[in-house]
Amino acid sequence: MSLTWLDWLLMLVYFAFVLGVGVVLKRSTTTSAAFFQAGRAIPAWVCGLAFISANLGAQEIIGMAASGAKYGISTSHFYWVGAIPAMVFLGVFMMPFYYGSRARSVPEYLRLRFDEKTRGFNAISFALMTVFSSGISMYAMAKLLQILHIFDAPFAALGLGPHYIFHVCVVASALVVLVYVLLGGLSSAIYNEVLQFFLIVAGFMPLVYLGLRDAGGWSGITRAVPPPLTHAWRGFASASTSPMGVDAFGVAMGLGFVLSFGYWCTDFLVVQRAMAADSMAAARRTPLIAAVPKMLFPFLVIMPGLIALSVQGGVVPIKMYEGTSTMVLDALGKPQLDYDLTIPTLLLRYFPTGMLGLGLTALLASFMSGMAGNVTAFNTVWTYDIYQAYLRPQASDAHYLRIGRLATVFGIAASVLTAYVAAQFNNIMDVLQLVFAFVNAPLLATFLLGMFWRRATGHGAFTGLVAGTAAAALHHGLTLPVGAAAGVKGGWIATLAPYPSEMAQNFWTAIAAWTVCFVVTIAVSLVTAPRDDHELVGLVYALTEKPPDALLPWYKRPAVVGVAVLAATAALNLVFF
Amino acid sequence: MHLDVRVPVGLMLATMGALLIGYGVLGDQAIYARSLGINVNALWGSVLVGVAAVLLLLSRRG
Repeated sequence: MSLTWLDWLLMLVYFAFVLGVGVVLKRSTTTSAAFFQAGRAIPAWVCGLAFISANLGAQEIIGMAASGAKYGISTSHFYWVGAIPAMVFLGVFMMPFYYGSRARSVPEYLRLRFDEKTRGFNAISFALMTVFSSGISMYAMAKLLQILHIFDAPFAALGLGPHYIFHVCVVASALVVLVYVLLGGLSSAIYNEVLQFFLIVAGFMPLVYLGLRDAGGWSGITRAVPPPLTHAWRGFASASTSPMGVDAFGVAMGLGFVLSFGYWCTDFLVVQRAMAADSMAAARRTPLIAAVPKMLFPFLVIMPGLIALSVQGGVVPIKMYEGTSTMVLDALGKPQLDYDLTIPTLLLRYFPTGMLGLGLTALLASFMSGMAGNVTAFNTVWTYDIYQAYLRPQASDAHYLRIGRLATVFGIAASVLTAYVAAQFNNIMDVLQLVFAFVNAPLLATFLLGMFWRRATGHGAFTGLVAGTAAAALHHGLTLPVGAAAGVKGGWIATLAPYPSEMAQNFWTAIAAWTVCFVVTIAVSLVTAPRDDHELVGLVYALTEKPPDALLPWYKRPAVVGVAVLAATAALNLVFF
Repeated sequence: MHLDVRVPVGLMLATMGALLIGYGVLGDQAIYARSLGINVNALWGSVLVGVAAVLLLLSRRG
């Protein structure tokens, strides 16, 4: 399968439009508020689609299909348990404090609510994390496009070897994102995320349609694969029978509460989209609007995994050692499947030229939307929470705007560098990701106590965060998934307890970190001096006037929309029970 | 900020849809063996043009 002029033309059309949006928005991007906060002038539905699109990176599309082929429809726990409830909570309960306080970022909320050191801890770890994760996803994307071999012929025609595909993918996608974010800042990123959202759906929907048709529909899939793969909750009564190695409690508590609320409710990458909305009501509706497509995404991204298992006895390719034709074998001597190639394999299988170009463009779009999300969150936190806070507090607005643009260039350059480091030293990247997981795991406890308990103090929050991070590291160092070697996977202190799977270990690490942070924050808060109530107005639930929801038509009230979204999610769980 | 995002999305989908329809109608029909005999270019191109038309209409009505 090779690409024709039509596929290239479709990609070109996409590039022309994303860059065009940046050019059009350049004129109105003249202040730092416009650049970093999109002037807080974006309608709710646009913010909602951007909210979901910034999270929908290429890694998610590839990874969820891979997981769908491995665990089946249970993968939807990452959506129906691990996303929707947290998004509803963010919209109904937490958004009033983010949007209503004078905070321009999530770390800045921590300064207003607690103190400078808590903000600094969060700002620095977040800034580093966004750069690294954008670099790692850039690496994964470029690697995948290289392995696909569809770009081999055009590159060979130019006299370039296949390894140039990696360089061109990294540099070209980084340049496009750089240009449109430099031109239009956050508005440009948000509008393009909406564009990318439509494109991602347009590229993958026909794939699912053709795949399902080929597999004989849902009933064909249920006949072709083992029953646990087509039931979301079968075997989850105990960890030993669960396909993921986690029981229902671990899923609900670890994924559904700590990890999911920790990400959706505190990660500035997504919260920034809602904070750009044009009113408090719109900001609160943003995650609720986003929840509707999010709820349906399993059909778009997990279904391909099941399709790949069902057609012709399975078409997921066997994993090969890089650059060789030697198969990777598991412990039992059976060949391992390369689940990450599920989506690309299906694209090449069903799409003729034309649709293939659209499908590849959709993959590129998902990658760019994730990267732009990281970059816009990075430049804001760097400029407001690190540069303005510690380096130059009293400069002009034009100065901060210039720093924001410089930070965009720096952030993207650092991501590109990270992609190359990842290509050289896989282990360093694994260790770094682990460290960030430790830092992130306890954050949710800090925010919950900060927003809903007025007695929580800055010293309490900071000590709690440090203790929670240490607890995550300790738990990871003392446990090991079955079959893994001690090291990056855990057990680097001693192995006290084995876990049936890596996922089980992740969930329980997060639960341990959250619990320790929660308890330590409360304990230290009780022995340190509280702040005056009047300083906490607008920052803490009990001291903040409730938004006048009753004045809105019922379909715009966050609580009503939230309950409807949760009911629909529960129904989906029952259908696939 | 003074941009209705439905306009660029609509225009992009319309352009892509038109290209797909054009190729689907005029191009080689043998390539659709892989897509189960369905002319997926023409079919999906029409859907994209339809969605684009709705988005552009909505943006004109404000």
